[in-house]
Amino acid sequence: MGLDLRWKELPVVQRRFLIYSVAAAMIFLLLLLRLWYLQIISYEVLQERSVRNRTRVLALDAPRGPIYDRNGILLVDNRPSFQISVMRQDVEDRDALFKRLAPLLGTNIEGLEARWQEGKRFPVYRPVVLAEDVSRDVMETVQEHSVELPGILTEVRPVRDYLEHGSAAHLIGYLGEVTETELQSDEFTDYRPGDSVGKTALERTFDSYLRGAKGRKLVEVDVQGKLLRQLQVEPAYPGNKIYLTLDRGLQRAADEAFGDQSGAAIALDIKTGDILAMVSRPTFNPALFVRGIAGDEWKKLAQDPRHPLQNKVISGQYPPASTFKIVVALAALREGVVGTKRTIDCKGDFVIGGSRYRCWKKRGHGPTNLKKALRESCDVWFYNVGLELGIDKLSAAAKEFGLGSPVGYPLPGERSGVIPSQEWKRRYYNKPWYAGETVIASIGQGFVLSTPLQLAVMMATVANQGKVLKPQVIRRIEDWDGNVLVAPETEVIREVKYTPKVWKAVEDGLVAVVNEPHGTGHAAHLDDVVVAGKTGTSQVVRRKSDEEEELDDKGEIPYRLRPHALFVAYAPAEKPEIAVAVVVEHGQSGGRAAGPIAKAIIARYMADKKAALLEED
Amino acid sequence: MFDRRLVSNFDWVLILTVLLLAGVGIANLYSATASWGAVATPLYLKQLLWLSGGVVIALIICLFDYRHLQHFAVHLYVISVVMLVYVLVLGKTSMGATRWINLGFFNLQPGEVIKVAIILLLARIFAETANPVGFGFFELWKPAVWILLPVGLILKEPDLGTAAMVVFIAGTMLLFAGLKRGTLIGLGLIGILTAIGGWFGLHDYQRARIRTFMNPEADPLGSGYHIIQSKIAVGSGGFWGKGYIQGSQSQLSFLPERHTDFAFSVFAEEWGFVGCFGLLFFYLFLIVWGLYIARRAADRFGLFLAVGVTAMIFWHIVVNLGMVIGLLPVVGVPLPLFSYGGTSMVTTMIGVGLLMNVSMRRFMF
Repeated sequence: MGLDLRWKELPVVQRRFLIYSVAAAMIFLLLLLRLWYLQIISYEVLQERSVRNRTRVLALDAPRGPIYDRNGILLVDNRPSFQISVMRQDVEDRDALFKRLAPLLGTNIEGLEARWQEGKRFPVYRPVVLAEDVSRDVMETVQEHSVELPGILTEVRPVRDYLEHGSAAHLIGYLGEVTETELQSDEFTDYRPGDSVGKTALERTFDSYLRGAKGRKLVEVDVQGKLLRQLQVEPAYPGNKIYLTLDRGLQRAADEAFGDQSGAAIALDIKTGDILAMVSRPTFNPALFVRGIAGDEWKKLAQDPRHPLQNKVISGQYPPASTFKIVVALAALREGVVGTKRTIDCKGDFVIGGSRYRCWKKRGHGPTNLKKALRESCDVWFYNVGLELGIDKLSAAAKEFGLGSPVGYPLPGERSGVIPSQEWKRRYYNKPWYAGETVIASIGQGFVLSTPLQLAVMMATVANQGKVLKPQVIRRIEDWDGNVLVAPETEVIREVKYTPKVWKAVEDGLVAVVNEPHGTGHAAHLDDVVVAGKTGTSQVVRRKSDEEEELDDKGEIPYRLRPHALFVAYAPAEKPEIAVAVVVEHGQSGGRAAGPIAKAIIARYMADKKAALLEED
Repeated sequence: MFDRRLVSNFDWVLILTVLLLAGVGIANLYSATASWGAVATPLYLKQLLWLSGGVVIALIICLFDYRHLQHFAVHLYVISVVMLVYVLVLGKTSMGATRWINLGFFNLQPGEVIKVAIILLLARIFAETANPVGFGFFELWKPAVWILLPVGLILKEPDLGTAAMVVFIAGTMLLFAGLKRGTLIGLGLIGILTAIGGWFGLHDYQRARIRTFMNPEADPLGSGYHIIQSKIAVGSGGFWGKGYIQGSQSQLSFLPERHTDFAFSVFAEEWGFVGCFGLLFFYLFLIVWGLYIARRAADRFGLFLAVGVTAMIFWHIVVNLGMVIGLLPVVGVPLPLFSYGGTSMVTTMIGVGLLMNVSMRRFMF
């Protein structure tokens, strides 16, 4: 024991107690320094990481921008759509849940199960949609049964609402689910699988203006990703407002006049190039695409021989037929091939190089001058004049009016049509040009093709005596604070030079078409306004000979072989404002089938203008 | 045997410090498990039970003179080694590592028992060997065998944390007993060589842990997950902490093993630097008080016993804290009085009982 005490009292042992205590304190100080480093110096970084750990961002859909007509009348809006979703984390007995839910939704359990499996690729805090766009009744029924349906949510999402249904659908376009390729491009960085984007026409081209800004909902999740509570909401901003150049009243009138026929009609403001009405028939309802179109519905649309998905105004290429005579007449006058007084005797046909070309009037028109040739659409007069003019001069003149190349429609899909020339034929067919081809080109047949939009632009150019205007679709784009983001200005693509005398001579002819006896366009005659116009009836297939006419049982030409009916016009003739082009596919006669449609559009335009003037007074 | 002086010498400072730390630990456990929802017996209540049991054990240990333990040191040691061998054999047959013997109500961990046994045994050896100058290699071969035999068995389990603990405790006691300069340098060299050689003897998961410790961000969702989440929890507590039951890392379960090895991270997140400072202060106080008890001990056995127990508590604290704040690799060592677990609590309270015993009998010889 004594030994014990003496050992303990040794200074060297006593010092060990001190050393140990100090060493312990030093090590604790080291721990404390580390804590200081983590909790004070690295605080901000680690604090942020802890916030990121526990928070997730849910996107809130932005309502797409509304689309108005030129006067601010709503054409496309958003409506609330109810959807039934399931929060996977809150479901314990899925089978029982789906068994109860399926009859309420009117679906089967397999369908719900499939949706569930599909939703598993998303994090657990994201609800899985089980049924989209259900009726208010279904939504309310589900809400009433919510106690028996743990985990089921009813949500409201903005959905595109096309107030005018299929009207101008080809201009507006439709939506669809964003594709993988789109998601990978820079343009769609905000998008996620399942989102809707514009797929065609305006909805596609102006998607960046229409999409708006998604909102964000900050939620707290636990380590398994279970949603615990909502922390913060940044609301979504709706997309910008687009005011189209369309006039709803005029559009409706054009739709109504067109009825169930196939074809296209377009009305242009000749001072600005604004497209006031645009009809492509048959049409489709863009609403079908909002929630993903069903396979058989899509098939029906895509395989319809009348091509409802095609915008025939810009991509339908038709032989312009006699409407082309306007350009031929202008060019011939400018080049001095004919004067206004020259008469050509039409005996009903024209022979060159052993081939016989008929006038539409078998008996012939007799002695015919320019005015009569336009008024009565004498083919023989134009055969002669066209041949004298030559294809290359004719072609150059036509191109000046915007034919044969895209006229600058602001949305995609415009076709260029065809204006043939000697060089063109050499390039595409590697064959020389024949005089007979000039003959039929002079009446807008043969190789010549044009779109209804090109014909309308041509007509507007005639109406304003030389200004080729770029067609406009957008009047302006505004944000919700009223700032104008886009306001396209009138754009003159080029000026076509003709002397006033030439313009006047052709205008007289076009007025005569509609307003004089024997005029082919009398169907477009209006009492209170002078309409200038030109009919056209374009052959779909070239008839082999005079005698050989295919007829069906009722003694009529079968639908697919009937000629297209065309009518181009502008009004009022003395002070033009509106140009119209109408193509009725297989409409048989330009005057009878297309004329009334052009007339209805012009009549409505004039009536609206009168009403507006009265209102101003 | 029982004396009124014992009551008057009862170490209130020690028991109150221990109860304070354990109380904070239980409150922290309440928070760490708050998100678990309804459980038959909440963990903090179970821990309270373990604490009560531990206090009873500590008091029982106080009843008899610690000097009697000298005679049982060897017995306890042998029993522990036998249990270690048993566990090893059991582990071989039942696939994977087994560290405990199921006693029905309690999983007895021989690794814990051996810590106490080694402390007792070394205390006895150092008390009996009069060596005022310091031990040399020649006197050390016997204690070295005593220590390395169980350490080898524990490493075989494999339980790197416990093995390191035994080495640290023994080393601390050895250093206190005093070493000759040459011996000290020699042992240091051997230690370094063993560490280098040991790297190759480690299991893959143990090596992964050490690599992860060097660079946890290399595998943030795998082996680095624990340490990254723990650092985020501790650091995001900041100066004042997020508040009791307000720690998002803890309450939303991002922090793994938050009721056991990472209990301190929960505390650090919710109480901040201020709370950590306070907690570390009391832990340090406990250590210094343990050394104070050793210094006042009536004999060399008591002295070494107190040094050994204090070393055990100290190294658990340091290794656990070092681990959760990213200073040391994750080796699975609990924080005494703080981490949930009956074994740790009982071992710690046995140590506290021994300290009290030595403290109470400081004037009796």
